[in-house]
Amino acid sequence: MKLSRYTFPVMASVGFGFLYFPILILVIYSFNESKLVTVWGGFSARWYLELFQDPQILDAATLSLQIAAVSATIALILGVAAAMTLVRFRWFRARTWLAGMAAAPLVMPEVITGLSLLLLFVALDHWLGWPSGRGVTTIILAHATFGMAFVTVIVQARLRDMDRTLEEAAMDLGARPMTVFLTVTLPTIAPALVAAWLLAFTLSLDDLVIASFVSGPGSSTLPMVVFSKVRLGISPDINALATLMILIVGLGGVVGFWQMRRSINRRPV
Amino acid sequence: MRVVRRLNTLRRDWLSWIPTVWLGVFFLIPFLVVLKISLSEATIAMPPYLPIFEWIEGSLLEIRLDFGNYLFLIDDPLYGAAYVESVRIALTATIITLLIGYPMAYVIATAREPRRTLLLLLVILPFWTSFLLRVYAWIAILKTNGLLNGLLMSLGVISEPLVILQTDVAVYIGIAYTYLPFMVLPLYASLSKLDRTLLEAAEDLGATPWISFLTVTLPLTLPGVVAGSLLVFVPAIGEFVIPALLGGNDTLMIGKVLWNEFFANRDWPIASAVAIMMLFVIVGPLMWLNRMNAQHEEANS
Repeated sequence: MKLSRYTFPVMASVGFGFLYFPILILVIYSFNESKLVTVWGGFSARWYLELFQDPQILDAATLSLQIAAVSATIALILGVAAAMTLVRFRWFRARTWLAGMAAAPLVMPEVITGLSLLLLFVALDHWLGWPSGRGVTTIILAHATFGMAFVTVIVQARLRDMDRTLEEAAMDLGARPMTVFLTVTLPTIAPALVAAWLLAFTLSLDDLVIASFVSGPGSSTLPMVVFSKVRLGISPDINALATLMILIVGLGGVVGFWQMRRSINRRPV
Repeated sequence: MRVVRRLNTLRRDWLSWIPTVWLGVFFLIPFLVVLKISLSEATIAMPPYLPIFEWIEGSLLEIRLDFGNYLFLIDDPLYGAAYVESVRIALTATIITLLIGYPMAYVIATAREPRRTLLLLLVILPFWTSFLLRVYAWIAILKTNGLLNGLLMSLGVISEPLVILQTDVAVYIGIAYTYLPFMVLPLYASLSKLDRTLLEAAEDLGATPWISFLTVTLPLTLPGVVAGSLLVFVPAIGEFVIPALLGGNDTLMIGKVLWNEFFANRDWPIASAVAIMMLFVIVGPLMWLNRMNAQHEEANS
């Protein structure tokens, strides 16, 4: 085979096709009247109606969104504190411990994280009588912990790149450290904070494995319901759910692209 | 005086102590609990294991360590096979991901703005949609009476449907598909730093495109190849969802084994022992990554 200047672009097109073909299929078949994937039964919004009339899915979706919002917020606060410590507070005595523990959840297999947290909750329950059974609280605690690792990485990178002269100027003008942090540091890293929160939110919304371990009866999250449905085979209302999710992410992508272009155009050459 | 100073540093560091204590409680201690339970004996109760420490008549501490779970793991060929299979499947899938991801990263790195941003975004976007639903999408495609077989049969390429779903091939596809962004991004980072004049020099000296790719581009982007491969390989070893949805009953992956020990067999001590053994399989590649990173930073400074 000769390596021509078209080889990589052609292979890359195949790669992008590979990435988007299944997504396209999900969207197309969410409008298929027929239940079979190989048969096109005509255009229909039937599965969307069915999706919105399924109380099990709606309840699970509401629960998942609540858990994701709360756990992402906790993860953001903890992650910012961890990132500030790792980048700025070099005197902190347990810094090496924090550095090791903050990065580890990123590479930890989900089954291990899930199992270990469940065993912790059972042990805590036994010794302290808390969190008295498993459910929403335990899922939020678990998600906040692994979301925090991702927040820490993102915020840490942003804090390292940040121009510190603004903070120094504020301090020279007599601002107290907390004032500097709230009025200079936080607004400067705000885009990273938004990205980090969204990532923690998405990861929580998407998590099946950890939630399965630490959830209790009556607290089934959306991925748990989806998993039990698709395990039995194709179910077209899940296609409709997927399409809605793709639509939201796609819109987010358009906004993101627009923002990125604006910041590139604004950048001095 | 000393106590006062201690308290003062504690007060100054309160912001740092919060995440540290949190991770200690919800990350570090859980492992000690797993380790402890992996050494206890299974029983039919709730929780389903016997205590290791027991106070006999309130004064004598009895410690009962049971290495039986580990001996069982070594003894039963299923577990050893599952570890080997996990590594083999993860490795094969990583190589496939690299082969798909490298040309993509190359094209993105050589594109001009705003095309470059657009292509990068296209790689990242699927990552933000549900992982579970993206794996699910492949069921409809790979099924025996699914889209791929329907397409190939109507084109006359094959006369009998291919059995792909519930085989290892489906698991490779699932892993490559879901982890592709993790491969492309580090590759892109190292390809965009590549000095193009080196390629021109190679061309001027008469190197064919293949030779200059293999002797200039590839070696210079090796750190990206290693970083991307580990980002795929390490999480793929412990993967549960992909083998559960796309693999067959005989697809042995350690994440699935742990899940079944816990949820189907309700054997918490064995599940814990599987988890501890799994950590050792994963810690190896990670230590190697750390060493590579350290060497890389040293070479850069």
